Amino acid sequence: MKNVSIKNLMLLVAGFFAAGFFSSCKPPKVDSALSGDAAKKVYVAPGKKDELYLFTSGGFSGQVGVYGLPSGRLLKQVPVFSQDAETGYGYSEETKPMLMTSHGYTPWDDSHHPQLSRTDGQDDGRWLFINANNTPRIARMDLGIFKTTEIIELPNCGGNHASPFTTQNTEYVVGASRFSVPYDKDGDAAIADYKDKFKGTISYIKVDPQTGNMKLNFQLLVPGVDYDLSRAGKGVSHGWNFFSCYNSEKAHTLLEVNASQRDKDFIMAVNWKKAEEYLAQGKGMKWAANYAHNVMDEKTHTATSTMEKEVTVMDVKDLPGVCYFIPCPKSPHGCDVDPTGEYICASGKLAAVIPVYSFSKMLKAIEAKNFDGDFDGVPVIKYEAALDGEVEKPGLGPLHTEFDNEGHGYTSFFVSSEIVKWDVKTKQILDRVPTYYSIGHLCVPMGDNIHPYGKYVIALNKITKDRYLPTGPELAQSAQLYSIDGAKMQLLLDFPTIGEPHYAQACPAELITKHEVKFFKLDSNNHKYVTKNEKEAKVVRNGNDVHVYMTAIRSHFTPDNIEGVKVGDNVYFHVTNLEQDWDVPHGFAVKGANNSELLVLPGETSTLKWTPDHSGVFPMYCTDFCSALHQEMQGYVRVSPAGTNTALKFSTGE
Amino acid sequence: MKKLKIFTRIIIAVCALAMVPSNFVSVWQIQLEAPQYPEGMKMEIWSHKIAGDIDKINNLNHYIGMAQIKEENFPEFKIMPWMIWGFVLLGLATAIVGRRFMLWIFTSVLVASGAWGIYDFWKWEYEYGHNLNPHAAIKLPGMSYQPPLFGWKQLLNFLAGSFPDIGGWLIIAPAVVVVALLMYEMFRKK
Repeated sequence: MKNVSIKNLMLLVAGFFAAGFFSSCKPPKVDSALSGDAAKKVYVAPGKKDELYLFTSGGFSGQVGVYGLPSGRLLKQVPVFSQDAETGYGYSEETKPMLMTSHGYTPWDDSHHPQLSRTDGQDDGRWLFINANNTPRIARMDLGIFKTTEIIELPNCGGNHASPFTTQNTEYVVGASRFSVPYDKDGDAAIADYKDKFKGTISYIKVDPQTGNMKLNFQLLVPGVDYDLSRAGKGVSHGWNFFSCYNSEKAHTLLEVNASQRDKDFIMAVNWKKAEEYLAQGKGMKWAANYAHNVMDEKTHTATSTMEKEVTVMDVKDLPGVCYFIPCPKSPHGCDVDPTGEYICASGKLAAVIPVYSFSKMLKAIEAKNFDGDFDGVPVIKYEAALDGEVEKPGLGPLHTEFDNEGHGYTSFFVSSEIVKWDVKTKQILDRVPTYYSIGHLCVPMGDNIHPYGKYVIALNKITKDRYLPTGPELAQSAQLYSIDGAKMQLLLDFPTIGEPHYAQACPAELITKHEVKFFKLDSNNHKYVTKNEKEAKVVRNGNDVHVYMTAIRSHFTPDNIEGVKVGDNVYFHVTNLEQDWDVPHGFAVKGANNSELLVLPGETSTLKWTPDHSGVFPMYCTDFCSALHQEMQGYVRVSPAGTNTALKFSTGE
Repeated sequence: MKKLKIFTRIIIAVCALAMVPSNFVSVWQIQLEAPQYPEGMKMEIWSHKIAGDIDKINNLNHYIGMAQIKEENFPEFKIMPWMIWGFVLLGLATAIVGRRFMLWIFTSVLVASGAWGIYDFWKWEYEYGHNLNPHAAIKLPGMSYQPPLFGWKQLLNFLAGSFPDIGGWLIIAPAVVVVALLMYEMFRKK
């Protein structure tokens, strides 16, 4: 031993440490580098148009974002559930009724799931439906004019999350309650009585195939769990809806823990055609209700809000054959039907597998009464009896699946922040790609249709962290575009979005552009205060109300000088845009207005209410740059003190 | 009663003094990285406290039902500063006395303390990784969340890394030198 040198000993020690380090090597990160041709795939040259429209939910902005793909360029934000000072939506007299609810004027909501209308299971580009989660509503946007034209409130509903999810021919849009609540006489019950008294509802809103008008046809009273997401059946499963349910524990506090205890929650299958039969047999109960139905009339450019007073309710316990539960691992979120309609794929966000159910097996299990008891009177089908197979070890936190046209599912994973491509038939995982960061929903163009468009998948992310230049504590919201037409998914583009993009739908541009409206026809304008030419422009006093019949055309208002208004008057500027050409809106603003501007589209009439609070001469002007002489498009309103007798006078060019 | 060589005694003194800063910087670090945490998180173990992103880490750990990591739960933080000061004083004493038996004692204390430290650290990691709240939101069958003793390990979406920090290296490196010196003193010809 004596001749062991220090050198050798040192080497021994060094070797020990080296071995330690070697064994602790950091696993390499997935390569996020873009391949060379990504830029080419998303570049839409100036003047060229995008291939697809993308409609994203605005999340807590309450609106809808419209983007072009593959460029990711923002084209428009359409106001839906929130006031929008930019367009005057919710501020103008014509649009205020759109935001009326049973709670009065409700100027904000949380919009989650845009859904295109469809015919034969294919997007038809006519309307876009979207839900309001907070004060339960469903809105319909007309895709010819990109405006919200109808909003219906859902009575007997705690929060409208599993919505609107159109059926194969847009027979129905649905609204299932995220928060169960009590429906005792006045709804007043102890929260601790949740298990006994709280119930969920599913509203079936019928959509008129010609006009798109919505009508609450019936509501189903369902067990008091949380209904999260849904899809309508299609093809073989047409006539059914599928809903994911969490909180089968029926917790009413600290749900993050208390609603995560059971190993299985449920997918609920609802046979709505059967429910319609019961409805026709008069099984429904008539419940008194109070809910708003707001419709924008395209001829008067004016919305009306009607309070509906009754709703037909049916308890699924009393409707054999309508409603079934299928066990589903841990707090499912997505509940998605593949293009054939045969496979229903659920994503338990705390689960370690993705179960894929077979519709035909489910029907067989129902026929054979292969049940595992019931849950609140609703039969529970045995898990294995309805199961086609499980996607094993897919990732962490599966949320939502859409499909391409070649039998592949694309599932988003929030926790492991990735998209996983798998084979619907074999349940084999084929590819995975990271998202930046924490993807929620995803969208394959027409990915919920019978014939998906495919080609891309859009990741709708919850976190952006270091992906963009920072903007203070609140960072950019973001989506990402991936190509899926090769064997490997490929990241092409990051693009920021307005509000949190919960979900989005995309379709080929021509489905939308074929309905394009370039301007409103002045001849068809039946607005109560329309001014169809400058000769008809006038100012009329009616007590304290002053109605200004005003026209706007490049580059002047008629009248542009008004006198005789008094402090405390209610002045209504009814501005008609006389232009009959594409892309010539006029704006209107008056100093001191406590609401917003107006953005008046060609052929349209909009009204701004103004209550001057002191005397003076108030400028008004056009806010939307309309012509070379836009800056000259201005005028004055003289406001005299109350009680003075300044004569009513109006003119232009005198 | 063999005497130590003078240069051995000088190096021992340097080693002892090199350990002093360990009481004022982080000794061990646990790093966490996840897709949605590209900036990473770091938990620092000092001789007398825990520092770093401990609140963020505790907040995340509640999903899997891991107990809160709190300073007051670890009596070690009361002992470890004294241990390090003890190493320093013992090292200096060894250098001053200059006898081989003192080097034996110093080396033994260092090695024994190191072994205890590794065992104690492992025990706590085991405790936190396995003693999970049965009502946790995320429960995966068979899954435990024991961080690695040394090196990297994937725990769900988090890549956890466990390594000495600067203060740790300032103990480990001198200790290695002290061991080497003892060997040298044992086997040197003259």
